[in-house]
Parts: sequence; structure tokens; C-alpha cells
Amino acid sequence: MKKYISTGNKDTRSGFGAGLLELGRNNPNIVALCADLTDSLKMDAFAAEFPERFFQCGIAEANMMSIAAGLTIGGKIPFAGTFANFATGRVYDQIRQSIAYSNKNVKICASHAGLTLGEDGASHQIMEDIALMRVLPNMTVINPCDYNQTKAATLAIAKYSGPVYLRFGRPAVPNFTPENQKFEIGKAITFNVGNDLTIFATGHLLWKAIEACEILEQKGILAEIINIHTIKPLDQMAILSSANKTKAVITAEEHLMNGGLGDAIAQLLSRTSPVPIEMVAVNDKFGESGKPDELLKKYGIDTQDIVKAAENVLNRKKSENENN
Amino acid sequence: MEITELKKIATQVRRDILRMVHAQNSGHPGGSLGCADFLTALYFEIMNHSPENFDMNGRNQDIFFLSNGHLSAAWYSVLARSGYFNVDELSTFRKIDSRLQGHPATEEGLPGIRIASGSLGQGLSVAIGAALAKQLNNDQNFVYSLHGDGELQEGQIWEAAMFAAHHKVDNIIATIDYNKKQIDGPTDNVMSLGNLAAKWKAFGWVVLEMNGNIMEEVVITLKKAQNYIGQKEPVVILMKTEMGMGVDFMMGTHKWHGKAPNDEELKNALEQVVETIGDY
Repeated sequence: MKKYISTGNKDTRSGFGAGLLELGRNNPNIVALCADLTDSLKMDAFAAEFPERFFQCGIAEANMMSIAAGLTIGGKIPFAGTFANFATGRVYDQIRQSIAYSNKNVKICASHAGLTLGEDGASHQIMEDIALMRVLPNMTVINPCDYNQTKAATLAIAKYSGPVYLRFGRPAVPNFTPENQKFEIGKAITFNVGNDLTIFATGHLLWKAIEACEILEQKGILAEIINIHTIKPLDQMAILSSANKTKAVITAEEHLMNGGLGDAIAQLLSRTSPVPIEMVAVNDKFGESGKPDELLKKYGIDTQDIVKAAENVLNRKKSENENN
Repeated sequence: MEITELKKIATQVRRDILRMVHAQNSGHPGGSLGCADFLTALYFEIMNHSPENFDMNGRNQDIFFLSNGHLSAAWYSVLARSGYFNVDELSTFRKIDSRLQGHPATEEGLPGIRIASGSLGQGLSVAIGAALAKQLNNDQNFVYSLHGDGELQEGQIWEAAMFAAHHKVDNIIATIDYNKKQIDGPTDNVMSLGNLAAKWKAFGWVVLEMNGNIMEEVVITLKKAQNYIGQKEPVVILMKTEMGMGVDFMMGTHKWHGKAPNDEELKNALEQVVETIGDY
């Protein structure tokens, strides 16, 4: 398989911060809001360089989301940042009415998503956010995989007009996608071509999928890896085309199984091209304190879990072939 | 515009509200009737706006947000009467395929509406955001908003109040429909609002008060409020109104908050609120 080399570990939130700063320098209509987490969200550089376009909201996320909606009336492009938990569940009705239903050009920027938030524990480790956002009409949902992709996604969503949920994380993780890449909303990216099965991965789990693919290759299994950075709208063509080729699918995400990427892909495939699917996701549980890698392992969404899911899905594919 | 003309329009708006709510047997006449004078004054005398060329961004004009979206019948009537759309469309209120949704919405593209409302407590924040955009755009026009007094029970209102004072959002005039009633009864019974003027002052707002059912007072107070624009403090008007104003059997009670009159009640009400500038 194609080799992917990390240029070093970097956090995706810093990719967001770098993208936001670049946007600020190039577009005077970009404004940013934060709810007392400016440093955590890496929005401090933007705030320092453009104080007149940065709005500190204090610990009042509901107000922040609705103010962001108001700022669009007047042509501003607001990037509202806070932790994923406070950017979705806490402010769901504000997003629903003032942003999604009103179809406002607000960019909801959510850091510290998922288990890899780590030691702060389940109160902060939201794993329902993709589910909450993807059921909203008008909402676009994006979950980039590394620093470079997050920066590219941040730049891309500014050019798109409409509500966007951009999800990224806290820990430093391998940075392996190209610097200055072009990011196309809704366009899946093939990371490896294979015929035996397809791994659809999003966010931090893409790197795990690449690691799993290397292990599978040593066992003589050739997996296709497709990065679904945009969970809504889904790249239906790419998903159907690969699933129809390999006839065995794995989904991998740092999210609950309910309502996440796996659900979205299963919904698509079950209506058009049913094939065996295994989902690497957290099954109906809250998280807990711990180190990111310990948590991924304990909650069954690590590299070895993808390898195991691959073996399971291949067995199902084989038995279906035999039954036919 | 002469006060007598404004009063005539407000009376017609009241007729519109009653007929719209009756036609679909659905809507919120009580608060709508109470705020008819305020909305008429705002759109026909106070605001600098361009009804014929509605622009979502509202650049270089005053804009208004109805945070208590259930007063939609009153707002739609005033919007139509001031030229945003044809008054005939008022007959579609709350009906299938209408642009006049139960609560204001942008989805159907009704001119005059810039954000959805209905779920309470969000409109002050939205208005503040729009006011910030005006400041960034060096747009000297104002942002107006209307809120229910019961709506002040939503915590987000006070988040917004704190923000506006902190960030010196001084191009906004928020008005509270202070009728002291909400769905379940008098606000004093449901959830006492306490000393509202003191609360807003403590949050750093300039507080004005007026009787929202005396047209002269509404116009004078809104003009007075404009004098505070640009003085580094946001402005709120506590507007005392009577729910159901203009229709005797709808006044002095919260029971007509969300209830439509039947045929007989409508006839009785319309005899008290006579046609002035023409029914739709």
C-alpha cells in the first residue's frame, strides 16, 4: 500500500487556528467569537491581530451562537468556537432555530471532540455531536483528520455559504496529509486502493485505519481506505462505487455508533447496495478519564479494532458468497 | 406621519390580526393586539427602511427583530401594510403552502423577515449580532427588537444583556412588551419578574418606560430612545401594554394569548375595531 509518513504530531485545533488567522488576513468579513476558551481553541492569534473582529462572549454559549447568527445579517462570516460539547448539545435549540432553520452563514467550530479529549472525562467528551448536527436540515458536517486537513477545511468553509459544523480535537496526532491541500466539501478522498474491503474513516480514526491497513496487508488482505471528512453531505458516488467493488465495508469514527458516520453510510448502502458493514465506533456508552490512546483502546476504536472488524466483515462477505 | 393616521393604521392592523387568527382558527391575538400600536409606530414613523427593496443584510437601513415570534399576526399585518408584500397574502396566515408561517421564518422567503423566531429568548442575541455587524460596516442605522415580558424568564436574555453592556453595543433599542401576562397566567404568579427597571439598569442598560397603547407616547419615547444611540450604552424600553387591547372581552386576561375568536366573538370584536384603511 501507499506509505503515509507523519511529519510530526500536531493538534487539529492548531490547524483551525492557523486557518482562521489566514482567513482574517484575507477577508475583512471574517469575524470570530469564543466563549472563554480562546487559547484552547487556538483563536488567540486571530484575537490579537483583529481585536475589532473578535468577540469574547464569556461563558455564555447560547448567546454566542445567536449573536453569530445575527452577525451574518450584515454580511459577516462568523466563526464561533468552543468545545464540541458546548457547541452542540448545550446550544442545540439556538443552532436549530437561529442558524439551521434560518440558514445562516455561521461556522460552528468545535474543538476537543470525542474520547481523545482525555483526562477531563465524560462530561466534556461528547460523542453525540455528529449525530446532533447531521440531523439538522441545511447543516454541513465536517470532521477533518489532521492538522493540515483541518487548516484546509477551515479555509474552505469560509468560501461556502451556509451553516457548517466543523469538528476537531485536542491531542497532537500524526500530521500526514499534504500541506496546502485543496479541500473540497463533500468530496471523499481515497487513501488506498484495494479490492477486499473498504474502510470509510473520518477524523482521528483515519490514521488508525492506515495503520490497520498495513497490518491487514501483511495478512494478505488489501483494504481500500476512503476518508469521509464531510459526513454531510455524504459523497454518495464515492461510497457506492467503492462498496460495490469490495462488497465489504467498515466505518471508523471517534463517535457513538448511534447517529454517526457508520449510521450515515449504512443508511445509504441499505437503500441502494446492501453489503456487510462493521462499525468501529463507541457503542452506546459515555467515556471516562484517561489518556487518549488508553481510551481509544478501552472503548474499542483503536487500530486493532479496525483489524478485527476487517476480519469479521470478510467472514460475513465470504459466507454470503457461499450462500449465493 | 400624523398621530391620527398612525392610529388609523393601528386599528386596521388590529382588524387584520382578528380576521387572520379567526380564519385559520389559530394564532395569538392577545399579545398581537397589545403591540399593534408599537409596531405601527415603528414601521410607519420611526424606522428608516425600504419595504419595496427588501434586503436580507439590511445594509444602510434600520432593522427590526421580533423575538416573541408568536406575535406574528401583528408583524405580518404591519409588514404588508407598509409595503413588504401584498395585503391580500394576509389571508394565507398559518395555512398550508403559505409564506406566513405560524411563527416568523426565512425558509419561505417572506420579505421583512431576517431570522426565524418562536423559540423564545434568542432574539436579543440575534439583534445584538446584527448591531455589531452594523458597527463593523460603519452603518449608522439602528437595530430594534421586541420581546415578551414572560420571555425574560429565559436565561439567554440576561447573557445577551450582559454582553451588550460589556461590548458597548449602543446602536440597539430593545423593547419589552410588559403586559404582565403569559400563557399560564399573570407573570407574578408564574415567575415573578421583580423590579425590571432595576434589573436592566444593573445590567448596564439605559431604561426608558412608556405606555405602549398611547400612540403619542410610543412615538415620543422611541424618538427619545434614538437620542441615546452612540452613547456607549444599550437602550431598553419597558413598554406597558394591555393584552387584547381594543377588544373589551380580550382585555384584562391572559386567556386570549393563543386562542382564536369564534364567528360570534369575531363579529363582536370587529364591531369594536372598525375598518379604517380597508380590509384585505
